[in-house]
Amino acid sequence: MKLQSRHLLGLEGMSKDELTLILDTAVSFREILDRPIKKVPPLQGKTVVNLFFESSTRTRISFELAERRLSADVVSFTAAASSVSKGETLKDTARNIEAMKIDMVVVRHAAPGSAHFLSKVVDANVINAGDGGHEHPTQGLLDMYTLREKFGALEGLRVCIVGDITHSRVARSNIYGLLTMGAEVSVCGPETLIPRELEKFGVQVYHHLEEVIPKVDALNVLRVQLERQKSGLFPSLREYHRFFGVTKEKVSRAPKPITIMHPGPINRDVELSADLADSEHSVILQQVTNGVAIRMAVLYLLGTTN
Amino acid sequence: MKVHLKGGRLLDPVSGRDESMEFLIVEGTIESMGSRVKADSSYTTVDLTNQIIAPGFIDMHVHLREPGFEHKETIETGCAAAAAGGFTAVCCMPNTNPAIDDESVARYVHEKGKQVCDGVVDVYPIAAATKGRLGVELSPMAELAQAGAVGFSDDGSPIASAEIMRRAFEYSSMYGIPIIQHAEESTMTCGGCMNEGYTATKLGMPGIPPVAEELMIARDIILLRYIPKARYHVAHISTAGAVDHVRGAKKERLHVTSEVTPHHFSLVDTVVESFDTNTKMNPPLRTREDLEAVKEGLKDGTIDVIATDHAPHTIDEKEVEYTQAPFGIVGLETAIGLSITGLVETKVLALYQLVEKFSTNPRTILSLPAVKIAEGEMANLTFFDPQRVWTVDVSQFKSKSKNSPFHGATLKGKATGIFNNRKLLLL
Repeated sequence: MKLQSRHLLGLEGMSKDELTLILDTAVSFREILDRPIKKVPPLQGKTVVNLFFESSTRTRISFELAERRLSADVVSFTAAASSVSKGETLKDTARNIEAMKIDMVVVRHAAPGSAHFLSKVVDANVINAGDGGHEHPTQGLLDMYTLREKFGALEGLRVCIVGDITHSRVARSNIYGLLTMGAEVSVCGPETLIPRELEKFGVQVYHHLEEVIPKVDALNVLRVQLERQKSGLFPSLREYHRFFGVTKEKVSRAPKPITIMHPGPINRDVELSADLADSEHSVILQQVTNGVAIRMAVLYLLGTTN
Repeated sequence: MKVHLKGGRLLDPVSGRDESMEFLIVEGTIESMGSRVKADSSYTTVDLTNQIIAPGFIDMHVHLREPGFEHKETIETGCAAAAAGGFTAVCCMPNTNPAIDDESVARYVHEKGKQVCDGVVDVYPIAAATKGRLGVELSPMAELAQAGAVGFSDDGSPIASAEIMRRAFEYSSMYGIPIIQHAEESTMTCGGCMNEGYTATKLGMPGIPPVAEELMIARDIILLRYIPKARYHVAHISTAGAVDHVRGAKKERLHVTSEVTPHHFSLVDTVVESFDTNTKMNPPLRTREDLEAVKEGLKDGTIDVIATDHAPHTIDEKEVEYTQAPFGIVGLETAIGLSITGLVETKVLALYQLVEKFSTNPRTILSLPAVKIAEGEMANLTFFDPQRVWTVDVSQFKSKSKNSPFHGATLKGKATGIFNNRKLLLL
């Protein structure tokens, strides 16, 4: 069994077997992370470039750690501004870096499809570390890993993604991956932040947390961006917190404890109350640890099979 | 030059003729025509067996990019592309730099058309409706009309202000020249780069809602009811709702006309999943339901014209992230093929209706003299072979730009020649 593509651009279209392969591979890497010596040799001699056109501390560090623990040589490139505003195109940037003979590219970019675009213009393996509102496949995978670790299986698991679905790559990768694995996926958020025709994906849409909380095993709470308020998509952070913020009080009404996830960084007491984020039902820090293992698995599978 | 055209089938909506016809053309003038004509050896014979002879095709919506954006296209390369696509005339949009908003630019464009490509393609400027296409002050419409403008449009920038739209309707109505609207309620489309709906949701792409187009058309129709002397032409109609609005306004006998591009009746928004920036245009590719509605509109006459919105951009401009890429594709050289493949082969339109939408209707809308195919008249003709199967190869395009999503597509129907301004061009 190996992955169909030599790139990881998104979870959409990946088979259950492929997703399971990545999750299973990550289990052995997760175990390595608890050893005193956390470094293994599979990517020795390979060079990985992290191309981050959007600032992201945690995803970049997570990838860098994963790369180094697989013994790859690592170069990271961060440009807050878009390639175009700098005068150099994404294509030129990528080809220049590739001319330095690299093997894998991890890319984060604000434009949907930018990882697909790169995969067409460079020969290296491309891993999508987030392309605009499209996909963030390693986040989706680490969320699934964390849920599987907690519940034993994903089949039949009921997961609700809470918040700004429209602009969320995390939501999309979760939806694609979880549905393929047989989970039940719902979303809950203001109507202004739910993209059109989302129901067609097989996702239940809710607008009231109290309605959905009794029906799920886990809530994946998304970060709310203040700029969405400025562009008229919701009235205020206060109102957002009151009606869509996940709090201890709201989840306490559920018949059984609900697992809380968040892709980070958290706006404490906006989308998620601080006490809940730090509670025993939160798996937010496990997500972070598992993220390194998942990224090691992806780098390993793509970097050692071609 | 003396030419004997034989073997062709004349399809002329103006005279209602659909029959085999031979022509003798001397120095551009039709000397005689009939089922058989006698030609002596001084005539060059052109065999048009299996080909249609139609009144010259006009593309009323192209971007020639000159002045200002000559790296994308020039009047010369644009006219060469038009000729290669079977067009004897084009109307060029005013989003040049400077914009076609004063008579010197309008004249420049119009005259330049006569100097390039042997003058075989007539270039008619569509002038800006407002100064600088800014939507604030009216352009000098009377002067522009005198300089050859055949329509007024801020194409690419919709006329947002209802007050300015009202005044543009009123002022242009004195000259019988249509206001051509790029119908888009811009407050709803900021940052959008594809049709809002299932595919945009799937791709996480900022959407352009279909209602943004429909709202603007609805507003304009309401204004037109108030100023019924004006003439309103909807550019590149793309949604089912927009077609309904135009159909309703036509029933009221308002002076409303509309056009559609070949890509809007050939492709739907699911092709954006490729992230190929040659699928990015404005209005965006819509859904299957919209595509079917547009075809219905062509069939019942709601949509009068097929126009390409030929929008050249260089490879470097297009080969960027999808959200950064400019809108638009080239269309002149694939228009006939896409139309025959998508409309005639599928029985949406008969060939004579296709000729109306490419030739007679746009000329009527723009108040250009009808092309007369009769003895003593100047020949203005398009030849095409409706059965010719060919494969689109952008490297063969005469246009300076190659931004077409149809590269590699197999089409049926191809232009084979044009005759205009005393010049014969066989393709």
